[in-house]
Order: sequence, then structure tokens, then C-alpha cells
Amino acid sequence: MIMGADLTTIWAFIIAFAVLMYVVMDGFDLGIGILFPFYRPGEERDQAMNSIAPVWDGNETWLVLGGGGLFAAFPLAYAIILPATYPLIMAMMLGLVFRGVAFEFRWRDPSHRAFWDMAFFGGSLVAAFSQGVVLGALLQGIHVVGRAYDGDWLSWLSPYSLMTGVCVVCGYALLGACYLALKTEGSAETRAYGHARLAALTTLALMAAVSLATPFLAAQYFQRWFAAPLLWYLLPVPAVTGLVAVLLLKGLSERRAARSFLLALALFVLGAIGLGVSMWPYVVPQSVTIWEAAAPERSQMFMLIGVALVMPLILAYTGWAYWVFRGKVGTHGYH
Amino acid sequence: MIFGLDALTLARMQFAFTVSFHFVFPSISIGLASYLAVLEGLWLKTGKELYLDLFRYWLKIFSVTFAMGVVSGLVMSYQFGTNWSVFSDKVGGVIGPLMAYEVLTAFFLEAGFLGVMLFGMGKVGRGPHYAATLMVALGTFVSAFWIISVNSWMQTPTGFEIAPNGQFVPGPSWLAIIFNPSFPYRLVHTVIAAYLTTAFVVGAVGAWHLLKDSTKPHARKMFSMAMWMAAIVAPIQIIAGDEHGLNTLEYQPAKVMAMEGHFQSHPEGAPLYLFGIPNDKTQQLDYAIGIPKASSLILKHDMNAPLKGLDTIAPDKRPPVAIVFWSFRIMVGIGMAMLGLGIWSLIARANKALYTWRWLHRAALVMGPSGIIAVIAGWCTTEVGRQPYTVYGLLTTAQSASPIAAPAVAASLVAFVLVYCAVFGVGIWYLLKLMATAPHPHEGGLEELGEAPVRAAGITPGPAQGNAEIGTMPQGHVA
Repeated sequence: MIMGADLTTIWAFIIAFAVLMYVVMDGFDLGIGILFPFYRPGEERDQAMNSIAPVWDGNETWLVLGGGGLFAAFPLAYAIILPATYPLIMAMMLGLVFRGVAFEFRWRDPSHRAFWDMAFFGGSLVAAFSQGVVLGALLQGIHVVGRAYDGDWLSWLSPYSLMTGVCVVCGYALLGACYLALKTEGSAETRAYGHARLAALTTLALMAAVSLATPFLAAQYFQRWFAAPLLWYLLPVPAVTGLVAVLLLKGLSERRAARSFLLALALFVLGAIGLGVSMWPYVVPQSVTIWEAAAPERSQMFMLIGVALVMPLILAYTGWAYWVFRGKVGTHGYH
Repeated sequence: MIFGLDALTLARMQFAFTVSFHFVFPSISIGLASYLAVLEGLWLKTGKELYLDLFRYWLKIFSVTFAMGVVSGLVMSYQFGTNWSVFSDKVGGVIGPLMAYEVLTAFFLEAGFLGVMLFGMGKVGRGPHYAATLMVALGTFVSAFWIISVNSWMQTPTGFEIAPNGQFVPGPSWLAIIFNPSFPYRLVHTVIAAYLTTAFVVGAVGAWHLLKDSTKPHARKMFSMAMWMAAIVAPIQIIAGDEHGLNTLEYQPAKVMAMEGHFQSHPEGAPLYLFGIPNDKTQQLDYAIGIPKASSLILKHDMNAPLKGLDTIAPDKRPPVAIVFWSFRIMVGIGMAMLGLGIWSLIARANKALYTWRWLHRAALVMGPSGIIAVIAGWCTTEVGRQPYTVYGLLTTAQSASPIAAPAVAASLVAFVLVYCAVFGVGIWYLLKLMATAPHPHEGGLEELGEAPVRAAGITPGPAQGNAEIGTMPQGHVA
């Protein structure tokens, strides 16, 4: 059982890693979509689109790994969370449909490019917002009876979950703007710095609000964060976050794109750590622990072999793809 | 209940709708990825620009198809949890890891190398670019391997144990789960179907352009390649399908009974029904026309071998016959028509008339979507034929559904129908537009889109040298 428990813990970290990878990688894709209407049609938008055209599909694959991994390693959690957030998942899927096809369709049909640009924006916004609301819904708790979700199809709706939704939209916009600052030139680059500053300020304010509200959602969160001696170990999390926030704003005003992008990523990693501290060891907060939801040891072991063998390769060739398309995307496509 | 439909029926409709739409795209992208790898390989080997032009031409079509496959596939990966959560909870430990392997070994491979394949020829040079194309093609096949394994396990489950809490859990050997009895047959049959589907699409595009101008070398080359596929692969597919049918008879006899329209048992040789109207109420095949004893001959290789009918299956465990009976006949009919076209093309070739027999081109044009229809018909046969189960003989479809109220399922179904018809309808229109444009020498690559998307579509008159330059200088073209 000790062995099984260890394996389950490893899997909890693998899923968390996949979700975090998804959030930061598709985060800047979706963020660019959210900011898309604020770029001028023509060269600015084409640069923005081209900066992610070769990589968006790979970025979205992390979502399939997150969802598929949850299904495989914690089937019970998958079977509870998806019905509990049903309309959000559906909205996210349909948003991602519009966002994904817009990459191709806007080039295919110049006379309707304005429409597909709006589809790209709308799809990205809906997908990002839905993901944020799912996070809030998860944190505020899902009512479980037996092995199933017990609630109606709008139980996830609350001011808190709407706030996490807006927070994720702003956070993705921050990542997107920093990425654009890194990859574009000219007026698009200048615009991206402006968006990044605005998005950084709203993201930081909303992250603070969410962080303050979360401990009051449930006694478990409150005790986790405010009971000694853990308090002393956890204190660096908000402290480092504050430091990152200051450095990010400084980096943006000095127009250091790479540094700002990395600091924005750090913000998301810190957010994920905070989330992990709150949730642990639950996979469905307040209802189902990772061990209760775990797939059999044989299933987790079989997949662990695959992850150990294949994940380094995935990271390597994904890195290669980014390396091939490194540098400013330029106003002349990939030449 | 909503409009007289319960949540279970609506969830089934939603799955059938989303998977049918989805299945069209990967079955083309599996075939097209391999076709592209062949074209690029021939270009590298022979140095003939014609192959590069065809590669670039089909790459544009591939990129649109692939995008639609990705987004419709993403929906499928979450559909298990949204509408079939009890199924997910019960079998996640067995089929979840197989799907995770699909993501790890196939999706990342395809997605990771797709960007380089689509946009990177000028950046990485010929060798690495060809490697990327091969990786994408390999990824599409590996994806088929895993997902067909999952589906086959649900049809012929082996290698599992049942835990005290009712969950299906893996037994000691994963090989027994992956290589379950119907898997090899289904994999071969499905992958060949994807190749044939693509060949007939390519053949129809070639035929269309030959009908307009039969001297065009690009149209001739793609038509000829497609007709070789039809002539060689269609008969192989018929044999593979027959083998798959025999395997089904062994493990899912009720499905074969429905396919054959055998409501009654035939102790002295069963007829092969060519036509009939299955009547699920009276459990009769009305207006039946059949060849006596031929079914026994095909399935048992003995005219007088007894064959059991649906009357030997408990009424609540029988699949609905009409859909299975008809979809099976559509699939087989198309298979025979494909074989016919393949033979016709061989005769034309022998007469040195492959590029001049206009009726052959017209037939190939009409047959363009035949593979897509056959693939969906075949899918309906196998999926409806295994009802009422999700895990054959062990877990019923009714037991698998999520505790979601009918209005939520209905609302999302309506949303999927509207969005899919609009988005994928437009996407298919764009594909047809791309196909209607003839491939030409110095076919532009996708990279030019970023450079001059407006010009590429011909709105702003612009210099064409850019295209020519890309066409002739795939290497070392770095600004």
C-alpha cells in the first residue's frame, strides 16, 4: 500500500505538471486570441497569428494529456469533475473549436477574415473564461454522493468562480502580451507592452483577491494556510509572488520581453503552487482524495513507464520546434 | 425527458454525432499524411519538381483537415467524462492508460512536428523536413493503433479483472488488453479504409482536373497514383473485411445476425439476404430477397452449416437490426464499387487510356466521397451492432451514462450540431475550393501565407516571384 500511495502521489504531480504546462503554453496562445481585436488588421494581426501558428497544436495537446491523464490515473475524479462542470466543459470545447479552425480559415477566406478573427477572439475568450470558472468551481467544492456528482447543472456558478474566470482571462492575456512583445516588431510590439502592463496589474489584483477569498471557502484551506508551523513554510509563497510582481512590472517598463515573459510564467507557477497547497491531498477538493480516486496500481505503473520513456522525447522535440521558429516572427512570415 | 427523448438517448445521439463528424477528418489525415510522405520521398529521390508541387498542393488540404481533426478530437477526449461518467469511473483503469499512450506517443509526435512540416521547409532544410513529415505520418498511424485498441477492447474485452467495487481493473498482462481478439482485424480494416478513403479523394480531385484538361501532368500523376491504390488496396480491403467479419462471428455473433438480417435460426444453411426491410417489432425481414445457403457458405465455408439467429438471443440483448443491416450493405456495396473502379482503371491503363477515358474520370469523381461514406457506414455497423453494451456482454450503455439531466444534454447536443454544421461545413467548403484549384508548377508553400496572405488569395495583384522562389529554392531560404 505504501508503494501504491507513492505511485499515486507521483501521478498527482504528473497531472499537475501537465495541467501547468497546458496553462502556460496554451495560455499565451489563448491570451493572444483574447487580445486579438486590439491589434490592427493586416500586418499586426498577421504577425500575432504567425507567432503561434506552428506551435498552437502542440500546446493544446497538453490539455488532452491533462484530461486523458486524469481519466487514466484518477478515473473517479474525471467522472465527478466533468459532469459537475458540464456546461463549462462544453463551452470550452466549442470555444476551442472556433479558435482552432480560425488559424486555417482566416487564410483561406480573405473576404471573411474579419469574421474568423472574431471567432479566434471569441473562441479564445470563452475557452479561457471557462477554464478559470472550472478552477473556481473545483476549489469551492463539488457535492459528491457515492461515486458520482450530486448537484444540478449550474451549481458551479458563484461570484467566486466568476472571479477566478476573469482572473484566468487576465492572466492568459498577460502571457499572450509578453509573448507578442517577444515575437513581434514595430507597432505590434509597442502595443503588446501596453497590454502586458494593463494585464499584469489586473492579474495581480485578481490573484490577490482570489488568494484572500480562498481560505474562507473551507476550513481546510484556512487551516492549511494559517496554522503554525506550516505558516512559516508557506510564507515564502506570497513573498516570492510579491517579488516576482515587482520585477515583472519593472521588466515591462524597461521593455525586456524575455525577462517579462519568464516572470509572467513564474507567476503562474507560483499560483499553481498555492493551488497545490490548498488542495492537497484532494483531487476533488473536500470530497475525494487522490488515493480514493486512484486507478489501480497496475494502470498507474504501466503509464508511468510510458511517461518516463516518452516525456523527455516530447520535451526535446517540442523544444526543437520552438528553436526552429525562434526569434522575431517578422512581418514577412517564415523567411 | 425532452421532446420525448431521455438523457440516455440524447447522450447517445451526441456521441454518435460528434464521433461521426470527427472520424471523417482523421481517416483522411491518416491517408494523406502517408501520401505526403510518399510524395516528398519521391521528390527527394527523383528531384522532379512535379512531386514537390503535389506535396505543397496536398499539404494545404492536409493542414485544414488536420485542424478540424484536432478540434473535433479534443471534444471526443472529454466526451467520456461529460456524458459517460459512470463508464469512465468503471473502465478508466483499463482503457485510460491506452488513451494516455495515444497522447504520449501519437498526439505529441504529430503536433510537435506538424509546425515544421507545414511551415519549416525553408528553415530546416530537406532532410530534417522529411523527417518531420515522416514523424507526422507515423503519429497518425500510432494514434489509430491505440484508439482502435481501446475500441476493440470494448468490443472484445480480455485481460481484465473485476474489483469488489465493480471497477474493471487490468489483469497481470497489458498485452492481453491491448491485443484483444478483435484488435488486429479491426486495426487492419480501419487503417486500410483510411488509405482507400484518401485514395478516392485524391483520385476524384485528379479526375476533376483531367476532365477540364486531360494533358495536365499534375492531375495525371495524382490520378494514376490513386487508381493504383484502388486497384491494389480495394481487393485487399475486401479480404480484410471478410476476415474481420469471421472474427466478429466468433466473438459477437449477435452483431453478425443483425448485419445478415437473420432474425431466425437456420439449422440447414442460412441465406444471404441482398435486400429486405428489417422489422424490429415483428422480428422479421420483410420483402426479403436472398441467395439460399450463401451466408453459411461465406461465414462457415459450408453451404449446409447451421447459423443461429437473433431468436437465440434474449430480446433485451439484441442490437437494433435496421441500422446495422443497412449500414453494412452500404459499406459492402461501396467496397464492391471501389473494386470495380480499380479494375476499370487497370483496363484503361492496359489500353493506354487512363487519362482519356472520360467516363472513368466521371466515375472516379462521383466516387470521391465514397470512402468517407463507407467509413461512417462501417463504424455504424460495428458500434450499433454491439448494442446494448459499451463493454461487450458486461456493461450496458444504459449503465454507463452520466447523471446529467436531459435539458443539459439536449442543449449541448443542439450547440454541437449548430457549431459543427456551421464550422465544419465552412471548412469542407474551403477544402473543396482548394481542391477545385488545379495544382500547377511552382506550387506555393504554406509559408507564403504569412508573407502575403492577401496576395495568395489573389485580391491584391502582386508579384508571383515569391512563389516561384519558394518552389525552386526549398533549401537555404532563410532571410
